[in-house]
Parts: sequence; C-alpha cells; structure tokens
Amino acid sequence: MSATPAVEVRNASVALGGRPVLRGIDLAVVPGDFVALMGANGSGKSTLVRAMVGLRPLVDGEVRLFGTPLDEYDAWSRIGYVPQRATAGSGIPASVWEVVAAGRLTRRRLLRPLSTADRAAIDEALEVVGLTDRRREAVTNLSGGQQQRVLIARALAGEPELFFLDEPTAGVDLPNQQVLADTLRRLKERGATIVLVAHELGPLAPLVDRAVVLRDGRVAYDGAALRDHEVHQPWFAEPHTHHHHHDHVPHPSAPLGADPHLPGDLS
Amino acid sequence: MTPLELFGEPFMQRALIAALLTGLAAPAIGTFLVQRRLALMGDGIGHVAVTGVALGLATGASPLWTAVLVAVLGAVLIEVIRERGQTNGDVALALLFYGGLAGGVFVSGLAGQSAAALNRFLFGSLTTISSGDVLITMGLAITVVTLCVGLAPQLFAVAQDQEFARVAGLRVRAYNVLVAVLAAVSVTVAMRTVGLLLVSALMVVPVATAQQLTRSFRTTIGAAMVLGTLASVGGLVTATFASYQVNVAPGPTIVLLALACYTVAWPIGIWQRRRARLLEPFAPGEAAVSHDACGEHPHAHGPGCGHLAVPHDDHVDYVHDGHRHAVHGAHYDEH
Repeated sequence: MSATPAVEVRNASVALGGRPVLRGIDLAVVPGDFVALMGANGSGKSTLVRAMVGLRPLVDGEVRLFGTPLDEYDAWSRIGYVPQRATAGSGIPASVWEVVAAGRLTRRRLLRPLSTADRAAIDEALEVVGLTDRRREAVTNLSGGQQQRVLIARALAGEPELFFLDEPTAGVDLPNQQVLADTLRRLKERGATIVLVAHELGPLAPLVDRAVVLRDGRVAYDGAALRDHEVHQPWFAEPHTHHHHHDHVPHPSAPLGADPHLPGDLS
Repeated sequence: MTPLELFGEPFMQRALIAALLTGLAAPAIGTFLVQRRLALMGDGIGHVAVTGVALGLATGASPLWTAVLVAVLGAVLIEVIRERGQTNGDVALALLFYGGLAGGVFVSGLAGQSAAALNRFLFGSLTTISSGDVLITMGLAITVVTLCVGLAPQLFAVAQDQEFARVAGLRVRAYNVLVAVLAAVSVTVAMRTVGLLLVSALMVVPVATAQQLTRSFRTTIGAAMVLGTLASVGGLVTATFASYQVNVAPGPTIVLLALACYTVAWPIGIWQRRRARLLEPFAPGEAAVSHDACGEHPHAHGPGCGHLAVPHDDHVDYVHDGHRHAVHGAHYDEH
C-alpha cells in the first residue's frame, strides 16, 4: 500500500451517550476502492461512516482523510456525503434543483453568484441520476427512491473524489436501486473512492471490491466482497455461539489482535 | 385633512418607509425560521425584547438600541438552549418568553412609566416614529435583507440538512447564531410597525401564505417578501383611511391583512396540490399486460373533452367514472 489512504481510521472508538458503539476500529481505504460496510442493525456501521466525516466525535483513536487528521481537514470539496434519507421534509418547499445546488457550496465562495461551471456541474449531477426532467419539482413530491437519488446528485454536484453513502438502498425499490448501481458504477469507472454502508447490497453487489463487516462495534470481517447471505450467516450475526464462555481461542473472523471479548463485555 | 394631504405629511411618509422595510425584512428572515421549524422563535424574541424596551424607557437610553441588545442576547440564548438539549428545550424557551414579558412590565412599572409608553412598543405605533428611528430602522432592515438574500445558499443548506452542511465544510453553528441575531434585529425593526406581540405574525404568516402556492425555496422567500410588503403597506394605508371613521391601529390591521391573504391562498393551494396529484402520470408498463377494449363508448375523448387527461407511457389516459380510457385505433382500451 504505497498511496496515501483516502480515509484511514486508527484504533477509533466512539461512544453514544456514554455507551461504547465502536471499539478499536482500524481501517484504511485506498483511492479507487469500493468498500461496503456491512453488518446487522446496531452493529455500528452507520456510526463508523459518520465518524469518518466528523459527525461523531471519537473518544479514542483518530481519523485521517487523505492523510490529514480530521480536526485539521478543510478540503471538503473532495468529500461527498450522502446521509440516510430524512423522512420529513423541511417546513419550506425546496425544488430538486435547489437541493442539488446545495452540494456545490463546497466549491463556492461567499456572496458570489453561481458560475457557469457550477451550473454545468449541477446539470450533470441531475443528468447522472436521471432527474433532469423533475428539477423544478418540490423534493417532497418525489418517491423515496427518487429522493435518495436527489441526495446522491447533491453529493455529485461538488465533484468529490471520495464518497460516503449511508444506507443508500434502504427503503428503495428495485428499479431505483438499479439506477443507483448504474450511478455508482460510473463513479467507480471515473476513479472515485466509495465507502458505502448497506444492510443488503442487492444490485450493488457486483461493484463491491471489499467488504468490511461490523459486529457489535468491532470489525468482524475485512476482505473480499461477500454475498448478502454470507453476511447474514449465523456466525456473522451471533458470534461465539459455538464457543464456550472465556474461550481464549481467537474467533476465525475476529480482527487480528482483538481480544475475544463477549459481546456484552464493554471493557 | 384630505387623504392626499395626510400622505404628504412627514410623519406619514416616515411610517410608510418603516412599513415597507419591515414588510421586506421580517418575511426574509422568517422564511429561514419556518424552514427550521422555529416559527415561534420570533414570538419568543419579541417577548424578550419587551424587557429591552423597558430598560431603555427606564434608563432614558434609546429603547430601540436597548431592545436590539437584549433581543440579540435573548436570541443567542434561545439558540444555545435549542442546541444543547432537546429534552427540556421548549420549557426553557417558555421560561425565557414569560421572563422577558414580565421583566419588561415590571421594570417599566419601577421606572414609573405609564402603560401607554410600553403599549406603543407592544402593539406598534407607526405614526409616532421619529426621523432618527426611521434611519436606524432603514439601516437595520437593509442589513437583514442583504444578509438573508446574499447568504441564502448557505443558510438554505444549513436549515435543509444540518449534517450535510457540516460535511460540506460550512460553519453550521455560526450560521445558526447569525439566523438568531438577524431574527432579533428584525423583531426590533418590526417593533414600531406591528409591535412586539405581533412581530412573529409578520415573520411567519406571509411565508405560510407563499408556501401554499410555491414549489421552490427561492420563489417562497421572494413571494413572502412581496406579500409581507403588501400586507404592511396595505395595512397602514387601510388603517389610515379607516381612521376617518373609527379608531384603527395600523399594527393589528397589517396582521389581519396578512392573515386574509393566507385565507385566500390556502384553498387555492389545496386545489393546486390535488390537481397536481391527479395529473401525476400513471406508472409505466401496465397497459401492455391486458388488452381490454371497452364496450359502447358514445363520447369522443380528446384534448379539452372535459375529462381528466393523464400521461401514461407514450399516450394519454382519459379518466372518468373510475375508468382509464386510452385511444386505440377506432376504440378505447381500458388501462
């Protein structure tokens, strides 16, 4: 691994309301990689991606983006973040174009009108997700899958090189998942680095280079892409079921050097 | 005095300028408050500003400046409380609201001020504005409008999706405090027009009216500013004419006029949304599955035939009596 990792997580721990949610995570994603963060509900996969973009403070360890510690990082135009779809719209109607245009703010200066390049990037982002003809509509009038595509277009508009997508396929029907997969394939071909949180991959499966499975706040698997049914094997979802208490033989899927603590053990 | 002479009087012209600027500034910042679901924040700041006015009256300082100061402090405090914890946020806000109002009445009582002096600020008194006040009002209102319009892309992004805005590198907290401060400033600007107790109406009602009919943020904020200006100037003019017959205060007239606009826009908005839903194209693909020709059909469908025409794939379905009829050669198919 010669290149600087696009995102690097070292021994990171995150606590929510005093409860440890992520413990001792080590992860490095090289430029151009397509990584799927997988795991059951509550395994900490969304928290990890939120910690990577600085939305969750670390209690221990560090996150580096393109080699710069998160605290000092300011090249946000290189980062594209697609949050989990918010269920409720805001109080004021917003058109599709306006939401996508917000993604361009990483590159715009204060009190300057949109440049030609800004407009072209917004138009292209709408084109890529196939929503050009609905640009004038209120976002709340769109279906869930289309709203998800709007959020992806918003990230695209900033022309970033590193994407973080939090559960982009959750609650999205198959045709919309297919559009999503096509969009991500185009990004991958352009050399973008993609970190994606997913419970199930569906049509995204062929794109994934590497799967990282979290279990109870730790990395349980890090390697070649897995099929959906493999991730949800009992030995992934419920660790140690075939072990006895205080078994000190490391679990085959446990990260190297990790203590084989029981899931409930919060030390 | 004829109406023409009346509008030629300097005090009336000052009132018109103040009404115009208030009508522009209050909905501009109000749009961002409504977007963040803080519609009542203006009301809270208004209550807090009462204490500021009373302090000004008591100490002999300009009530406008003490109100700006206390309102800004109150707004920042509300923002901090809001950010810190959601659990008791609204209770804390309520404490601040009533503390502000009670404090204002208490202080003005201590200072021996008559209720009428405070009343001018509670319910507005457009016609008693001095030229110095007009200049300050103009300066503050123009600042509010400039910042709201100039920073609209940033403020929009922060209000729309706070977490995305943070990852985009925007200083979310600074923008939140800016909105709070601008809201406080427009409360004090609107204080002499509609009064502190009705300020929130001018910040919220034109926005609520505009969003009945709009589909984008930019048209909403633009339409709200137009409606706010119409209501405040129109309210002042109406009140002036009415005062030939009865005693009418401009502040409440402005608010009632704004509410009247909402009453008109509301059913139109409902009708528009219903119509948009009806005209939403049908899901593609279903037509090919079943080829059902409908039976006797004496009516000829076509553009403007009176039936609802809904796009469906490459053709149009005509909707009537629970059927979807599509032209197929000489007959109609049931889609």
